Amino acid sequence: MDDLVVVSMTVNGRAVRRAVSPRQSLADFLRQDLGLTGTHLGCEHGVCGACTIVVDGRIQRGCLSFAAQMEGHTVETIEGATASGRLAALQTAFRERNALQCGFCTPGILLTAAEFLADNPRPIRDAIRTALSGNVCRCTGYHAIVDAVASAAEALS
Amino acid sequence: MTKNIGSARPRDDVRLLLDGRGTYLDDVPVTGALHVAFLRSPHAHADIAKIATAAAAALPGVVRVVTASDLAAICHGWGSSQTFPGLVERRQTALAATRAVYQGQPVAAVAAETRAIAEDGVEAIEVDWRPLPEMAALDHALEPGAAPAHGDLASNLAYSGTIGANIDPAIWKEAAHVLEESFIFHRVTGVPLETRGVVASYLPADGSLTVYQSHTAPHQLRSLYAMHLGLDEGRIHVVTPQVGGSFGVKIHLYPDEIATCAIARLIGRPVKFIADRLESFTADIHAREQRVRARVALGADGRFLAWQVDCLLGMGAFSTHPGSSVQEGDETVRLAATPYRVDAFAGRVDVAFQNKTIVGQYRGVGHPMASAVTEYMVDRSAEALGVLPEELRRRNYVPDDAYPTTSASGLPLDALSHRKCLDEILRLMDMPALRLAQAAFRAKGVYRGIGLSAFIERTATNVPVNAHVRKATAQDGVTLHIDPSGSVRAAITVTEQGQGTHTAIAQVIADALGVPFERVTVISGDSAATPYGSGIRASRGAPVGGELALKAGRALRRNVLAAAATLLQVAPDDLTLDNGTILRRGGGRGVRLDELAEAVHFRPQLFQHGAQPNLSVAMHFGHDWPTLVPTNGIQASYLEVDARTGMVRLLHHWAVDDFGTLINPLLAAEQVRGGIAQGIGQALYEELLYSEDGQLTNATLADYLLPKASDLPDITVGHVETPWPHSELGAKGAGEAGTTGALGAVLTAVNDALRPLGAKITEMPMTPERILRALGKI
Ligand code: FES
Ligand code: FES
Repeated sequence: MDDLVVVSMTVNGRAVRRAVSPRQSLADFLRQDLGLTGTHLGCEHGVCGACTIVVDGRIQRGCLSFAAQMEGHTVETIEGATASGRLAALQTAFRERNALQCGFCTPGILLTAAEFLADNPRPIRDAIRTALSGNVCRCTGYHAIVDAVASAAEALS
Repeated sequence: MTKNIGSARPRDDVRLLLDGRGTYLDDVPVTGALHVAFLRSPHAHADIAKIATAAAAALPGVVRVVTASDLAAICHGWGSSQTFPGLVERRQTALAATRAVYQGQPVAAVAAETRAIAEDGVEAIEVDWRPLPEMAALDHALEPGAAPAHGDLASNLAYSGTIGANIDPAIWKEAAHVLEESFIFHRVTGVPLETRGVVASYLPADGSLTVYQSHTAPHQLRSLYAMHLGLDEGRIHVVTPQVGGSFGVKIHLYPDEIATCAIARLIGRPVKFIADRLESFTADIHAREQRVRARVALGADGRFLAWQVDCLLGMGAFSTHPGSSVQEGDETVRLAATPYRVDAFAGRVDVAFQNKTIVGQYRGVGHPMASAVTEYMVDRSAEALGVLPEELRRRNYVPDDAYPTTSASGLPLDALSHRKCLDEILRLMDMPALRLAQAAFRAKGVYRGIGLSAFIERTATNVPVNAHVRKATAQDGVTLHIDPSGSVRAAITVTEQGQGTHTAIAQVIADALGVPFERVTVISGDSAATPYGSGIRASRGAPVGGELALKAGRALRRNVLAAAATLLQVAPDDLTLDNGTILRRGGGRGVRLDELAEAVHFRPQLFQHGAQPNLSVAMHFGHDWPTLVPTNGIQASYLEVDARTGMVRLLHHWAVDDFGTLINPLLAAEQVRGGIAQGIGQALYEELLYSEDGQLTNATLADYLLPKASDLPDITVGHVETPWPHSELGAKGAGEAGTTGALGAVLTAVNDALRPLGAKITEMPMTPERILRALGKI
């Protein structure tokens, strides 16, 4: 067994202090130790974006960070972002537009889209496509996702 | 009357997925599970002289190291589950014993307290490998002297079959034009974003096995595990939780999955295996590796006098289980040219063993290549005759009113609509305007292409050959029950992987029974909750599951009306049920379904003058229609090829499909769009790259290129509805058409763009490098 490291961070608004293995990824820590299974793992090598989470207000790959690096940082997952209500317009638009099928990519795409819309409240379609290009969706072909992000932008403006 | 069938209703059940509260396989809570990791062969072909496991077993946290000999008594391995007579097969075991025949084949397993420790254990196993000559490259597989993929094979030819009839040689001589082309399709794989996984637990005390698995057919798994592990099927319970995509990858049963269940049985503790992405690339089924030759004899009047289509399929080291790898090649040939009137058709399928991963059933199975080859040849024919591609298509289609008919390749076909679909897509595209724009760009040295690709897609398997060996039933099953609150629960065997199966089934039941959609809850994916049935494969959710739901909903309606008639002391025929309320036809007091259900469950004294009320129905349905249910459609691609870089920019894509009666146009359209993305992937980006010695060199998502949001265009989807005449509902399968049409649409569009440059390309994916080669630039 590895030597454990004690780390303190804020997760979804609550202070968390845990002993973690230095090789445990942040995504595994959130899923296994905190039961926050909305953060998904599609590749574990930083390409698919299914593990997207928010660290200190910016999106980040949960599979490329280590839990032990999070000392003093603030982490938000899909569960926290949902509870805060800040994704509500996107979630409604995704449901109405059927912009998800299996839903495995969806938490990562919602968090990515929310950050994008915060920076670009009136996006053109191509900009939405570019913004989502770090997130793989194997089910939808993206068209409905782009529609949903565009309609959420309208609903928010 | 409220109508749910045909309404573009969004899925309500996605709310929990949007909130990150779905339960996928890795989210299923299991207490005390050990984690299993596999040692896989790093070689395409090698003898295993010795496996040393002591160091791994000694690691703290490792509970058990397992090799083939540990499993031999529990799980004997498997040979044929094939449906093609004459296919040569080789026996497989869950873990390779003395020889590995493809890279990624599981050889040993470690069960440990954490996945990280299990992986450490795998690294500590030492195998004395003795590499053997390998057969990887398909082009050389059947040459004399080629290294055999299995030591005892005299030849790598696993199967050879002919389709259609012999073509009179005189036809080739007398034809106005004879066109010939060869096509290369490279290997791809399905890449569901959630990888495969199994959680298995075996209780020695009562001989029960409980399996959670990311899969589409829980009952079939039960039967297969009973067969493989020698267990009582009645004691096996299989649950398929939320599934993060399948596309065919998760209809198969893999050696690592069988091994995981066998290990659960061996050590009597719950075990969990989740494939990582690297393992998925090397061990999930692969698909599409084909060489196809096509030859067309064309009359001066544009008539198709003869088509010859020959396919060589690389199937990997074994035929897939359960099912057969041959299907991918067989469907390519059998479906070729089927939209058209063809005087004579001959085809041949050869299937070769390789020291590569097994080829299985990926979305569309053979059909994308059938369409791509056919439509490329139709375009060449139009060019030879000097007519527009759409014009030659229209002329030569089997007319919409000529069905039922049998294709020249021998397939029974019915209720298809090629002409209507062509008219609709040309309208959506505004083809004349598009051609003008294309010409204007060409004048400026910008090479834009327009491509069409029509196809027939076969859906909804009925009784498969050798079903007993594959444990593949043609029936689906459902139970319907009305709770005391009046809510309706449907437990059905067609499963959900995001298509919207549950929503579509609820829509059908709501209409058949006469209740609001919101009152219907659909459950699937649990062998203990539903009757025995097929599960999802071959786009059967709507045609088979929907028809079953319709019949069962109507049967339940009869039960409801009988109970209400007893309660109200009238004849059942005098009652109707609509929107959850039972009314007398002539007027007068009725009863709400929830009131009736409450009375049936809690106030039986009200029913003393009649038969026992029964608010449940159990039903099975396996169709006896003449064939698989054919659907048809057409797609179009508009794109630009950069002649300097070889890059393709997709500008727009269109699809028009005939899925018969549409249960839900919103869900059907998104099935089409998602499928198109996968077809475009095969056309332009996706390829499993192997080195000469059979090593997969791009087994990461960074190196295997999936289409991203910025790669893909907007996709316009239209529908033509020709109901399937052999069912009451009239629905056909919608799951695979998108993938099937897209490959050919992009192929014909790229070639249309290249035509003024005097170049052509028939190797897919059409990468920038291949396009530059086609242009003679490199
Ligand atoms: S799991 Fe982190 S990017 Fe794919
Ligand atoms: S919805 Fe399945 S991967 Fe996006």
